[in-house]
Amino acid sequence: MKRKLHRRSVLRGMLGATAVGVGLPLFDCFLNENGTAFANGAPLPVRFGTWFWGLGHNPGRGVTPVSGPLEFRAECAPLESWKPYINYFSDFNAPMDGRVSAVHFTGWVAARTGTVPLRGGDIPDPTLDVLVSDAIGGDTRFRSLDLTSVGDPKDSYTLRSAGSRNAAEVSPIALYNRVFGTGFADPRAAEFKPDPKIALRQSVLSAVREQSQDFSKTVGAADRVRMDEYFSAIRQMEQQLQLSLEKPIVSESCVLPTKPAEGPVGVELETVEANHAAMTDLLTIALACNQTRVFNMLFSQSLSMVRRAGEAHTHHTLTHEEPVDAKLGYQAEVAWYNVRSMEALARFISAFGKVKEGAGTLLDNTLIFANSDTNNAKVHSVDGVPVMFIGRAGGRLKGGLHVIGGGDPISRVGLTALQVMGLKLPTWGTASLRTAKTITEVVA
Amino acid sequence: MILSRAAIRGWLGALAGAAALTALAGCAKSEPVAVGPPPAMRRLTEQQYRNTIRDVFGPGVVVVGRFDPITREGGLMAVGAASASITPSGFERFGELAESIAEQVVAPGNRDYGLPCAPTDPKAADAACARKIYSGAGRLLYRRALTDAELARLARLGDQVTSTLGDFYEGVSFGLAAMLQSPEFLFVTDATEADPQAAGKLRLTAHARAARLSFFLWDSSPDDALLAAAERGELDSREGLATQAQRLLKSPRLEEGVRAFFSDLLTLDAFDQMQKDATIYPSFGLVVAEDAREQLLRTIVDHLLVKSEDYRELFTTRRAPVSGALGMIYSMPVKDPNGWTDVEFPKDSPYRGIVTLPGFSALHSHAGRSSPTLRGRAVRELIMCQKVPDPPSNVDFSKFNHASVTKVNTARERLDIHNTEKACSSCHKITDPIGLALEHFDGAAQFRTVENDVVIDTRGELDGVKYDDAAGLGEALSKSPAVTNCVVNRALAYARGRAVGKDDNAMVSWLHEKFASDGYRLRGLLETIATSEAFYAVSPPGPARVAPGATPPAKTAALDGAATLENRS
Repeated sequence: MKRKLHRRSVLRGMLGATAVGVGLPLFDCFLNENGTAFANGAPLPVRFGTWFWGLGHNPGRGVTPVSGPLEFRAECAPLESWKPYINYFSDFNAPMDGRVSAVHFTGWVAARTGTVPLRGGDIPDPTLDVLVSDAIGGDTRFRSLDLTSVGDPKDSYTLRSAGSRNAAEVSPIALYNRVFGTGFADPRAAEFKPDPKIALRQSVLSAVREQSQDFSKTVGAADRVRMDEYFSAIRQMEQQLQLSLEKPIVSESCVLPTKPAEGPVGVELETVEANHAAMTDLLTIALACNQTRVFNMLFSQSLSMVRRAGEAHTHHTLTHEEPVDAKLGYQAEVAWYNVRSMEALARFISAFGKVKEGAGTLLDNTLIFANSDTNNAKVHSVDGVPVMFIGRAGGRLKGGLHVIGGGDPISRVGLTALQVMGLKLPTWGTASLRTAKTITEVVA
Repeated sequence: MILSRAAIRGWLGALAGAAALTALAGCAKSEPVAVGPPPAMRRLTEQQYRNTIRDVFGPGVVVVGRFDPITREGGLMAVGAASASITPSGFERFGELAESIAEQVVAPGNRDYGLPCAPTDPKAADAACARKIYSGAGRLLYRRALTDAELARLARLGDQVTSTLGDFYEGVSFGLAAMLQSPEFLFVTDATEADPQAAGKLRLTAHARAARLSFFLWDSSPDDALLAAAERGELDSREGLATQAQRLLKSPRLEEGVRAFFSDLLTLDAFDQMQKDATIYPSFGLVVAEDAREQLLRTIVDHLLVKSEDYRELFTTRRAPVSGALGMIYSMPVKDPNGWTDVEFPKDSPYRGIVTLPGFSALHSHAGRSSPTLRGRAVRELIMCQKVPDPPSNVDFSKFNHASVTKVNTARERLDIHNTEKACSSCHKITDPIGLALEHFDGAAQFRTVENDVVIDTRGELDGVKYDDAAGLGEALSKSPAVTNCVVNRALAYARGRAVGKDDNAMVSWLHEKFASDGYRLRGLLETIATSEAFYAVSPPGPARVAPGATPPAKTAALDGAATLENRS
């Protein structure tokens, strides 16, 4: 049923904005009667993103090891209320094919690229978000928004190659300025007046493109591939400028957010959690405003340096140096950090669940690929790296299921995610990670 | 699971390679036949970008913005730059930087420095003045003269903007912004041409040689004089190249080049992300961190350039400048609390050699404690070019579960536990005897003699040389051939932007011999490289690797010094 908009909620949204116009909202008229698609029949956009946390779970404390209905255990308890939106994958492996595992690296690279790296630092193939972005990221201002809550732009696990890392935004204010600062057309402004300089900036890009084409002819074959990336970057910027000239189509939840204050960045837990929460909220508005359809959020590094203020140990050093508690049977301090990671994930999901979109929420139209780097950080295990699908991906996914891989290649999870996002890939991965087997259990 | 044989072989290979190099030294008398790498395209580093903007437009133009990081390969960003791409988000940032810089250049206060002429009417186009501006700035930004077609393109753009906005300077600003986003500026290319002296072979163009020389020694684009020398054909001869190399080596700007090299070598960019816990180390704030980096660089510059002393003595020197903020770390008053005071520490001082400086010992520590392993690894990898294998997977950490080890007092006790596990000990034996010698410096580099009320034992060993403390470690490093071989290896890789490989063995040996015969003076090493044929040599490009699924070729990262040394053995 088509949602009715209350005047009060409109005003609330407007008051939350720094610049508002008075005018009728346009959003309902764009949707069909059921609020499940645009009035012209086009489906609501499905977004794709990743969420990463370091160091997995303590063994046996994430989920009940039974296929079928998903049952969370203590370290995943914060996710309980979102279980219907989550599919959990365990016991999917990364066969090494004789290669040596690079600790805190091989696990996530295998899960996200479908290839076991040769060594630490090697990114043999693009991460799956890049493939999705290539497919669906071209019609929005940003091909993807890449975020990290631990303060270092290099802590970003989205790469086309080792030399082509999508550096992350590290602070809420930087994210705000990039998305909602110059170039953002406020969808609720009474009048839409594009900046006359935009057309001139397009001319600049035309000149740059011409220059680049000449330049590209002078470089070798290997470097021409990097020039292709450069041309993609120009196209993306042209797209940004073009969209800035068009009156934006608004969604119900596209409300210009309040500008965040300058704040600290770093690896102290309180700072990490605060920045994660603030950037998450900005991200969901950016998605609601159709600024991007692809995103990446890193909550903690694979070698998590997150720590409590005043303590010498980090989450990572604890995994190796904290004794297993004789009574509890696990590393209690590590477990505490692991729970905090899942609390952050729950906070992330919750933000998507709050964004109304048609008859449902942003969560219904998103696939979040959440994963860690290791199954058992204490021993650097790369088998059984936990992965979750979160969200319904526009009705393409079921929810609340636990799929146990039985040692199958972890690339099956990535292949399924890519296919759900509409990529027509019969196979994905290389060597023993090459697979054609979709995980059909979770596909609606 | 124990450490793989391959990993052990790799490390031993590194040692053997270093020894082999030493043995070879003394054999080579003249420069070996130059083996050049294929032409490459390197993205400007952040510092190169900043330096170039300052040199072209003056120090009044402020570069504010973030740069996408470049991943190290072979231990150097200078090498990683050859596979660094510009992502869409990176291009966005370059675009913002370009607009900001261009606006500043044409701003009323900066025009006189940045622009060579003024228009007849500031509200109308002035083709002659615009051409003069574009050709002047463009030559320095593109590191070559612009073609007529390029100038015409910029003129069209500028005229369009000027006529739309009614402002000549707006037009120029957009034209400059276009140049600053161009790959001709953002990438340094090894442009080649047929070598007239060797049929069928390639050589770098004169402009490409100028760029290589300038970025190596000044970490910036070629200046007018160097470009002019290229344009006059002077860089086509070894004499001409030597003349220009000497000019650059004698310039005060050499200091910037040396700082850039050691910043890359010692991974000093890590200071940008370094944090110390404010409760555990209240003295170590942002100012101390900045001064720690600066102190390390000042020490290096003073020792190697100003005093022109032996590179090996960097590891034993008792001299270092100390700022007011660093005085807190040293627990000592300084003469100039608002500046830098040159200090010569007493003979019995624990501060001896650059590895005892906060810029090294605090950088390679955790936020809340020291780390013999991180420090030892840094010495092995950054100073000795020896790759320390990554920790193994599936290690049995059951020793940590025993109640008796719940509480450990010192880092040595903690690491002793690691060393009861064979898989761990094989690597920790490589790093810990180095790092434990530095345990008198806590995670903030503050001197201490006890940890948790237990006296710290700083005894250690470096490749068979035993010592009692950090001073002994410094002595051992100063006598290690791996240390001098390493700086030669890295300097050559840095200069050419390519990791040193098997084909370079003879060249590295020859350079090391020259370095040794010159008393291990850095300036001499730089000169030898900058005037060598190998520095400018280039081979035909190889085929591109095309990864599956229309993926661009991904250079495998991190072929470290160890790998290259291994290849030599």
